[in-house]
Amino acid sequence: MESMLPTGAQKLIQCLEREGVEYIFGYSGGAAMPIFDALVDSDIELILVRHEQGATHMADGYARATGKPGVVLVTSGPGATNTVTGLLTAHMDSVPIIVLTGQTISSMLGKDGFQEADTTGITYAVVKHSYLLNDAADIPRTTREAFHIATTGRPGPVLIDLPKDVTQGPCDAAFVDEVDLPGYTIPTHGDPDAIRRAAEMLSAARRPLLYVGHGAVISNAGKAVIRLAEKLRAPIVNTLLGKGAADETHPQHLGMLGMHGTAYANKAVDACDCIMAIGARWDDRITGKLDEFCLGASKIHVDIDPAEFGKMVVPDVAITGDARLVLDELIPQVEPETSDEWLEQCQAWRQRYPLKYAKQGGLRTQHVLDRLNALTQGNAVITTDVGQHQMWAAQFCLSTTNRHWVSSGGAGTMGFGFPASLGAQFGCPDKKVWAIVGDGGFQMTQAELATAAIHKLPTKCLIINNNFLGMVRQWQELFFENRLSGVDLVGNPDFVKLAQAYGVKALRIRRPADVDRVLAEAHDHDEGPCVVVAEVVKEDNVFPMIPSGAPISGMIIEKPKGPLAKPTGST
Amino acid sequence: MSSVTPFEPGTSSRASSLHSNLAELGETKALHTIALLVRNAPGVLVRVAMVFSRRGYNIESLVVSPGARRGFSRMTVTCSGDPSILEQMIKQLTKLIDVVHALDHTTSDRFETEIALIKIRCSGDSRREVLEIAEHFNAKVVDYAFESVILRVFGGSEKLDAMITLFPEGKIVELVRSGKIVMARALEVT
Repeated sequence: MESMLPTGAQKLIQCLEREGVEYIFGYSGGAAMPIFDALVDSDIELILVRHEQGATHMADGYARATGKPGVVLVTSGPGATNTVTGLLTAHMDSVPIIVLTGQTISSMLGKDGFQEADTTGITYAVVKHSYLLNDAADIPRTTREAFHIATTGRPGPVLIDLPKDVTQGPCDAAFVDEVDLPGYTIPTHGDPDAIRRAAEMLSAARRPLLYVGHGAVISNAGKAVIRLAEKLRAPIVNTLLGKGAADETHPQHLGMLGMHGTAYANKAVDACDCIMAIGARWDDRITGKLDEFCLGASKIHVDIDPAEFGKMVVPDVAITGDARLVLDELIPQVEPETSDEWLEQCQAWRQRYPLKYAKQGGLRTQHVLDRLNALTQGNAVITTDVGQHQMWAAQFCLSTTNRHWVSSGGAGTMGFGFPASLGAQFGCPDKKVWAIVGDGGFQMTQAELATAAIHKLPTKCLIINNNFLGMVRQWQELFFENRLSGVDLVGNPDFVKLAQAYGVKALRIRRPADVDRVLAEAHDHDEGPCVVVAEVVKEDNVFPMIPSGAPISGMIIEKPKGPLAKPTGST
Repeated sequence: MSSVTPFEPGTSSRASSLHSNLAELGETKALHTIALLVRNAPGVLVRVAMVFSRRGYNIESLVVSPGARRGFSRMTVTCSGDPSILEQMIKQLTKLIDVVHALDHTTSDRFETEIALIKIRCSGDSRREVLEIAEHFNAKVVDYAFESVILRVFGGSEKLDAMITLFPEGKIVELVRSGKIVMARALEVT
C-alpha cells in the first residue's frame, strides 16, 4: 500500500543512518525541504551552518580528523554552487565527503526553473563521482555506492543531486548492502615482484630517504614508516598533507620538504641516492624544477592510484597498493647496508640550517606557533587556513599523531581553516582543537562563528593578524620589486569585537610576553569557542623558500640582498 | 587499400588541390585510437570527453553504442595530441567509475572500419568520373539527384581518406563520417 511506503527523503535519511552518519552539515532551501523535513524524525544531528562553503569545509575537517565520511546537505541552484570550492578542496586532497544537493523537480530540469542549476554538469571536474537521481527506487543503491566510492581506494567527494519530486514521492526499494561497480577496483596488496625489486633497491642504497604523503595518513602507515626508516637508517620527510603519519619528533624525521620545507629536509632530498614516495604524488610544491629533481637517485613510488605513476616523475619501481599493506610486505625483505654516516650528515644539516626567526622587533607568528607547539605537544588537532601562517604552522607545529593535522594543500583554499576545525571538533569531541588562520582567510568563512557558538564547541581559533595577504605580499616583495597590489587588508574589523558580537570569548596577544599566558587561557577554556587574535608584525617572510620552477639548489634560506628573477613555475 | 596510382604533389594544379584536401583531413597529425567499455548511463560521455579536453587533446571522432552486455556500451575514440601523455590519459579514463576499461588500440592487432557518406556536386561528364571512382572503391550511390550524388563507402580510415582526396576540390559538398570502430582480433579483448 502506497501510504505505508517511506518517501524518498525518509528512505535517504534511513540509508544515511545505516551508514553510521552522526552529523549532517547543511543549509536549507526550497528544493531540499523534503529531506530537511525527514531529518526532524532522525537521530542524525543537523548542524546548521551560515554558508554552504562552511558546510563543505566542516564535513571535510570532520573526515580528515576521523577518517569517516563527512556529509553535507544543501539546496539547489546557488546552494549547490556554493559547494563547488569545498568539493575542489576535498577532491584535490582525496578527502571523503558526500554532498547531497536538492534539485528542481525532474520535469523542470533544463528549463531554467527557479533555483535550478546544472549541478552535476558544473561539478563533473571536482568530484570522484556524482549522481542525478530520477527515480526514488535508486536511492538505497546510490547511497551505498556513494559511500563506498567516497571512502575506498583513493577517497574523494561524491555528489548526489536529488530532484524534489524524487525525495517527496514514495520510495519502493529495499536497502542494499552489496555494490556492483565493474568499473571500480580497489587496490590493496602490492605486486610481490615490484615489492621485491623495491626492497632490493632500498637495500642497495647508501643514502635512502622516505618521502611521506597523505596516503600514509589515510592508510595509517606511520608506524610502518618508522620501522622501515629505523631499519634502513634513513631520514623521513613529509609533505604538507603527510604531517602526522609518522611522528615528526622522531630523531630521524627532518620535517616538511618542498617549497617552504626545512632546509635540512631539502638538502637531504637533494643528496639522497634512493627516494621512496609513500602515498605522495610528487607535487610541484615538492619537486620544484622537475628535470633537476633528484637526479641520480633511484625512485620508488607507492600509491593506491596507478594514474599517479609517471604523471610527474617516472619511477624506477611503481607499486600499486595500500601504503601500510605494502610496507608490511616490504620491510622484512629489506637488508640494508647503510652506516650511521648518512643520518649523521642529515643531523649536521639540521644543526647548520635550523629554522629561525627574529626574537626582537615585535610579535612574530613563528614565535606564537612555536609556543603553541610547546603547549599542545602534538596532542591537539590543528587545522590551518592558507598562507604564510600555514607554512609557519607546518614548520613549527610538529605533528606526532595521525589525523591531528588538517590543512588544505592541493587547492589551498582560503576560508578552510576555521570551519574545518569545527568539523574536526564534532568528530573528536574529547580532543583539543586549534584552528590557525590568517586575517584574510578567516574573513571568508567567519560567519561560522555562529555555528561554533550555538553548539558551544570548545574550539580555539588563533587569528594571525598582520592586516595583509601575507604570502602574496611576500611574492610581490621578492619578485615584483615590492610593487604591492591587492594585498593590503585595510578595513579589517577588530576581530575580538567581532567574535564577541557572536557571543564568543575573545583574547588578544600584542606582545611576545603575553603569548604563553593567553594561549594557556584559551587552551583551558572548554565552555565554548575561544578566539585568540595575535597582532603580529605587518611584514615578514617565510623561509626557506624554493621559488616555483626552481631546483632545490635554488633554495633561498634567508632574505636575499638583491632582486630575484620571477619564478618560472606556476604560482 | 587502393590500387590507384599515387599522385605526384605539385605536378599539376589538380594535384595541388588534391593536396589541400589531404591537408584538410589532417593526415599529418598522429592519431591514436582508444577503445573503452563503459556503463550505459547518463553523464558517462561527458566525463570521458572531459578527460580529453582537460589535457588539450582533440577528439577527432567518437563512436558510442550499446555493446553485447546489457547495461554497457562500447566507445571508440580517435584523438590527436601529445603522445607522451597518452598513457597517462588512458589511466585517467580507467579511473572513471563508469569506465570498465580503456585500451590503446593504435597499433594493436585489430580490425577497424568506418563509414563515410560523401555528397558530390556533379552532372554529365563529371558524374561519370565520380561514378568510376565510386566503383573502384566499392562505394554505393545512395542518392542520385540532378546535380549531385551521395556515395556511401565503408572500410579502413586510410581507404576513405584516399578516396576522398580523389575528388576535385570544391566538388565535395558535404562529408559525414561515422568515426572509426575497432575490434581486437581472435579472442583478445577490445
